[in-house]
Amino acid sequence: MTTLRIKNVFKRYPNGAEAVKGVSVEVGDGELVVFVGPSGCGKSTLLRMVAGLEDVTSGEIELSGRVVNDLEPAERNIAMVFQNYALYPHMTVRQNLAYGLKNRGTSKSEIDSKVEAAGKLLQISDFLERKPSQLSGGQRQRVAMGRAIVRDPAIFLFDEPLSNLDAKLRNQMRLEIKSLQRRLKTAAVYVTHDQVEAMTLADRIVVLNNGLIEQVGTPAEVYSRPDSTFVASFIGAPPMNLLSATLTDAGAQLGDQVLPVQTSLRGDVQLGLRPERIKISQSGSGASIEVTIVEELGATRLVHGIVGGQNISVAVDAELPVPTGQAVISFRPDDAHFFHATTGRRL
Amino acid sequence: MNKAQFGSPWMPYLLLAPQMLIIAIFFLWPAAEAVRSSFYLEDPFFGTGTFVGLDNYRDALSASDYRRTAIFTGIFVFLVSLLSLSIGLMLAVSADRVLRGKSTYKTLLMWVYAIAPPVAGLIGVMLFDQHIGPLVDFAAIFGWDYRIGVNYWDTGITMIIVATWKQIPYNFIFFLSGLQSIPKSVKEAASIDCSSQNRRFWTITFPLLAPTSFFLLILNIAYAMFETFGMIDLIVKDQPGNSPVTLVYKVYRDGFRGNDLGGSSAQSVILMLLVLVLTIVQFRLIEKRVHYN
Amino acid sequence: MLRTKIYDHFVLLLGVFIMMGPLVVAFMTSTFDHVLIHKEGMQVGWGGKFIETYSTVLSQQGGFTGEVTGWLMTQNSLILGIGFALGKIVVSMLAAYAIVYFRFRAATFCFWIIFLTLLLPLEVRILPSYEVVQQLGLLNSYTGLIVPLIASATGTFFFRQFFKSIPNELVEAARVDGAGPMQFFFDILLPLSKTMMAAIFIIMFVVGWNQYLWPTLMTTDESYFTLVRGIKQIMQIMIGADIPKYNEALAMAMLSMLPPALVIIIFQRMFIKGLVENEK
Repeated sequence: MTTLRIKNVFKRYPNGAEAVKGVSVEVGDGELVVFVGPSGCGKSTLLRMVAGLEDVTSGEIELSGRVVNDLEPAERNIAMVFQNYALYPHMTVRQNLAYGLKNRGTSKSEIDSKVEAAGKLLQISDFLERKPSQLSGGQRQRVAMGRAIVRDPAIFLFDEPLSNLDAKLRNQMRLEIKSLQRRLKTAAVYVTHDQVEAMTLADRIVVLNNGLIEQVGTPAEVYSRPDSTFVASFIGAPPMNLLSATLTDAGAQLGDQVLPVQTSLRGDVQLGLRPERIKISQSGSGASIEVTIVEELGATRLVHGIVGGQNISVAVDAELPVPTGQAVISFRPDDAHFFHATTGRRL
Repeated sequence: MNKAQFGSPWMPYLLLAPQMLIIAIFFLWPAAEAVRSSFYLEDPFFGTGTFVGLDNYRDALSASDYRRTAIFTGIFVFLVSLLSLSIGLMLAVSADRVLRGKSTYKTLLMWVYAIAPPVAGLIGVMLFDQHIGPLVDFAAIFGWDYRIGVNYWDTGITMIIVATWKQIPYNFIFFLSGLQSIPKSVKEAASIDCSSQNRRFWTITFPLLAPTSFFLLILNIAYAMFETFGMIDLIVKDQPGNSPVTLVYKVYRDGFRGNDLGGSSAQSVILMLLVLVLTIVQFRLIEKRVHYN
Repeated sequence: MLRTKIYDHFVLLLGVFIMMGPLVVAFMTSTFDHVLIHKEGMQVGWGGKFIETYSTVLSQQGGFTGEVTGWLMTQNSLILGIGFALGKIVVSMLAAYAIVYFRFRAATFCFWIIFLTLLLPLEVRILPSYEVVQQLGLLNSYTGLIVPLIASATGTFFFRQFFKSIPNELVEAARVDGAGPMQFFFDILLPLSKTMMAAIFIIMFVVGWNQYLWPTLMTTDESYFTLVRGIKQIMQIMIGADIPKYNEALAMAMLSMLPPALVIIIFQRMFIKGLVENEK
C-alpha cells in the first residue's frame, strides 16, 4: 500500500511565482524517499504542502488513502523535523516531546510512557528535564526527532534536518536516522540539497529541478542511468564530466581527439563520463590528455586535464602513479552516457 | 518570510479591537476635530463656529509672535539636539573604553533619565534663581547679570541647558550600545591599521555609528519639540509673559489660556505636518538601516 | 595608552559631576530650612531637617482643599505608571499578535492606522483630546488619565518587531503539534515574550510615572493629582506666598524621581535592552 500519494501538485504564490509545477510522487509503506535538488527547486515547498504548512494551489495530496488538502497540519497524522529543530526554547525536553500529545488529549500516563520510550530509543533519557539551550547540537537533533516519534505518525517529514550540524556529527546522525527509520518501519520523506545524504539514506530518490521532477529512482539507478545532464551532474561526487562531442562512425569526436564509443547514435551530443570510470596512464593507447592539476583526496586523486580542448577530471586510485604532462585516457565503451545536445535528456 | 499563519475569520479583529477602539476615540476623533476646527472661527462661550477657510492659518503664520516663537523653537531644537548628542557621544566613547568603574559611571550617567521634564525644570529654575541659585552667582563672576524670567535670552538659555541636561543620558545609552555592537574584530583590525586613536574614531567608529546617529537625531528633534513641554511650563512658571516658548507650548497657551480654538488648531495642524515630514525621513532611515545589515 | 585612560576618566568624572551635581545640590538643599535657603541660597551639606521636611511633604501637604497628601499623590503616580504600562502591554501585544500571525483582509489598513498614531504625539492634539475626554465625562478619573495615553502605538510596533524575530519554524512546529491560535499565544508566545514584556514594562512605567501635561489638564480634583502634577501646584504657591517653601518643593521633586530612578538602576540591563530595541 502507499502511504503518501502526491498527484499533479502545483504551487503558485500570489506574486505569480511558481515553486512547484506539477509533481506526482508516491511513497510506499515504510519507504524512505529523499527529495533532492538545488535551493529553490521546490523540494521544501513540496514537503511543506504535505505537512499542511502551505496551501496546495492545485492537485491532490493523499495520506493513508484520504485526501488531506484541506486538513490542518495537526489533523494529518504527520510528524516533522525542522531544519533549525524548532524546539520550544522555554520548555524542557520532556515538555517539548509531550506538547503535541497533550494538545491531542492523550492521557497523562500514556504521554509519560511514550516520552520515556522515545527518550530511551534516542538516548536522551538523561536530558529530559533540561531546556534546549542546555543541549548540544546533536542532542537537540535527537530531541527534534523524539518529538516526531512520540506522535506515532503515518509519515515522517524531514526538512534538511542535518544542515546545522558539523560534518562529523552529520555522518553519525545520518546513520541514526536511517537505522531508526528502518526499525520503526514508518514511511518518511526527507528533503536535502546534499546528494551524499540523498544517496546514503534513500530507498528512492526524487531529483527536483525548477519545480519539476527530473528523475525518480533508487540511488543506484539514479547514479548509473541519469535521465538528464542535470541529474548526471547533481548526483555523484566528483560530478560527471559532460563533454560536447560529435558522434561519427569513428567514435566521439572531441576537437582533434576521437574517443571510442559503442552507439548507433550520430551527430552532436553531450557525452557523459564519470571521473571514477576513466582510466589514465602515462602512455599507451587511448585519447591523449594534457594534465593540468592534480588534487590529493587521500584515498583517491583527482586529475584535471584537457582533452580535445575541453576540461575533464579523472579519479585515480591513490596507489597508482600520478601522470604528468601528456598522458592518455581510456574507458569502457558502455560507461559512456549520451545526452541530447540542447535539451540534455538522456538519449 | 510571510508570517501569516492562522486564518481565523474573526479572531484578528477581536485581538485588534481594544487598540483600534482606543485609537478611534482618543486619536482619530481628536485629530479630525483639530483639522476641522482649524477652518472655523469659534466662539468659546457659545460654542458656535463660522467657517473661515484658511484664515486661521494665515493669521497664525503672519503673527509676529508666531514667527518669534518659531525662530526660538528652531534655535532651541538645534542647540539641544546638537549639544546633547555630542556630549552623549563623548561620554559614551569614554565609557566604552574604560575598564575600571565602567558600570558605576554608567549608572550615575543614566540616573537623570528617570527625572520627569517638569522636575528637571524645577531644579533648573532653582539653580538659576535670582535669589538662591548658585549658577547665577557663577555667572556674576563673569559680570553676567543673569535674570531668569525677566531677560528673554537668559530664560531661553536656561531652557536649553536644562533640556540638554535631561536628554544626555538617553543619547549616552544609545551611543554606548551602538559602540558595543561594533564587532570586536573590527576594532582590533582598526587598531592594527591605524595608530592614532583620534583618527581611528573619525574614520572607523564614527561612520559605523552613523545609522545610530541619524536615528537619534530624529528622536532628539522630536524630544526637543514635544517632550520639553513640562520643563518649559515649570521654567516660565505657568505665566509666559515675555518668556520664550516653543511652538507646542504656544498651541497649548493659545488654546487653553487664550481661548483661541481656531488659531490653536491651525497651529496644531501645522505641527502635525511637520511631524509627518520628520516621520517620513525617519522611515527612510529605517529602511536604509535594513540595508546596512 | 595612559594618556587616553586619564582623559577618559576625566571626561567621565566631569560628566558625572554635571549629571549628578544638580541632583545632589537639590537633595542637600531640601534638608535645610526654607528661611535659610531664602537668605543664603541653595546649600551643600546636611541641613538636618530631612525627616521633618519629607514627612511634611508626604503627610501634610494640603493643596487648596487640604485633601491631598504626598502619599496620595505617590499612590496616584503608581496607579498611572503601572496602569499605563500594563494597559499598553496588553493592548499592544494583542494587536501585534493579530498583525503578525494572522492573515486577514483589513491587516494593511489597521497597520497604517496604528502607524499614523506615531506621527502625532499627544502634545500636538492636546486641545481636541481634552474636549473628547470632557465630552465622555472622563475628567478626573483614572480611565481618563490612563487610556488616552495608550492611544499611541509605540508598544504595538515594538511587539510586532519582536514577534517577527521569532523563528517561523516555531509556529509551524506548534501547528504540527496541534496548537491553535489561542494555545500558541499562551503556550509559546507569552512565555517567550517574558523578558521583552518586563523590559517594556519598565520603560512604560517610567514614561507613565513622568507624565505631566495630560494629568495637568485632566485632573482638577486634587485627589487625582500625581507627584509630577503636584510639583506644579507647589510652584504656584511659590509664586504667591511670602517665603517660598523651597525645601518642600525640592523634597517633592526628589520623591517623584525616586521610584523611576530605582526601577531603572535595579533593572538596568533590561531597561537598556527595552529602550534600545524599542526605538529601533
